[in-house]
Amino acid sequence: MENKDHSQGVLWEVFIQGNPGIPHKHAGSLHAPDAEMALQAARDVYTRRSEGISIWVVPAANITASSPEDNGSFFEPSNDKPYRHPTFYKVPDGVKYL
Amino acid sequence: MNELETAKYQLCLRLGDSALILGHRISEWCGHAPILEEDIALTNVALDFVGLSRNLLTYAAQLQNEGKTEDDLAYLRDVVLYRNALITEQPNGDFAVTMVRQFFYDVFSYFFYSELCNSHDITLKGIAEKAVKEIDYHLRHSTEWLYRLGDGTAESHQKTKDAVEELWMYTGDMFDIDQNYRLLQENNIVPDMNKIKELWNLKVKTVFETATINVPELGYMQSGSLKGSHTEHLGFLLAEMQHIQRSYPNSTW
Repeated sequence: MENKDHSQGVLWEVFIQGNPGIPHKHAGSLHAPDAEMALQAARDVYTRRSEGISIWVVPAANITASSPEDNGSFFEPSNDKPYRHPTFYKVPDGVKYL
Repeated sequence: MNELETAKYQLCLRLGDSALILGHRISEWCGHAPILEEDIALTNVALDFVGLSRNLLTYAAQLQNEGKTEDDLAYLRDVVLYRNALITEQPNGDFAVTMVRQFFYDVFSYFFYSELCNSHDITLKGIAEKAVKEIDYHLRHSTEWLYRLGDGTAESHQKTKDAVEELWMYTGDMFDIDQNYRLLQENNIVPDMNKIKELWNLKVKTVFETATINVPELGYMQSGSLKGSHTEHLGFLLAEMQHIQRSYPNSTW
């Protein structure tokens, strides 16, 4: 893992679930020497004001991210495909959550 | 106050003062902790303790029934009237000292307040029930640090060992009881302190094994906080904590 000799530990990304049934959202990052301490630090740093009911911590080095150079091939092709948006049919009355 | 109320009042001071003084000590780390994450963690713990002390000192003031408030008790009592356990007033030292002190008191709190949830005094029961979840987390936090410091590098192991040896003689004072306490125990208001001590010893032994730290021999134990006999450190702490209220009486935000 990168950053291993750093005295503050390695970098972790923190994901918090705000309420049951909704996805965990990225809340921020922190440094910790291992998973248990990362979990505790996440609890202390990111849930002090009742923000969450569940926490995930992931070593930042384990996240594979797309790079800005990929943007052309990854994302631009969808710009001219409006038919992929669900806007071409009527939402039946009474459907609340779409 | 009748005899039982006096005993309850003294208990509230003992627990409330311990929480206030330890909370103040931990708050001294605010802005100085080794890493940002731990700075926030320690501040959270400090605030939990100050919150707990407010509940206990408010109840103490009610029992006293002299029109005083939690603030009067916190800011206008001198060293000899404070009843906090000796270990809570010990200086922060290095991070190992702070964590070992915290661990010793967290183990005590964990067992004591768990038992206090069965108190026949409805107010103390309520205060304990609110506190146990916070204490559960405090103990988890300090225990995990003990493992990592004790079973960490040669330097962290040595510092933890030194901290244990430095603080050990203040641990006995946490379990001292007097006739007030016995009266409360007869009335099913507080737990049997011998039982708490047994549980404490067992837990400390178990955690120290994993942390590769030897439990010191029983040895000489300092005592005296029940009578207001404190180590020299409490006076300096109170001087700082009470300074504003003493210099500018009745000042408010």
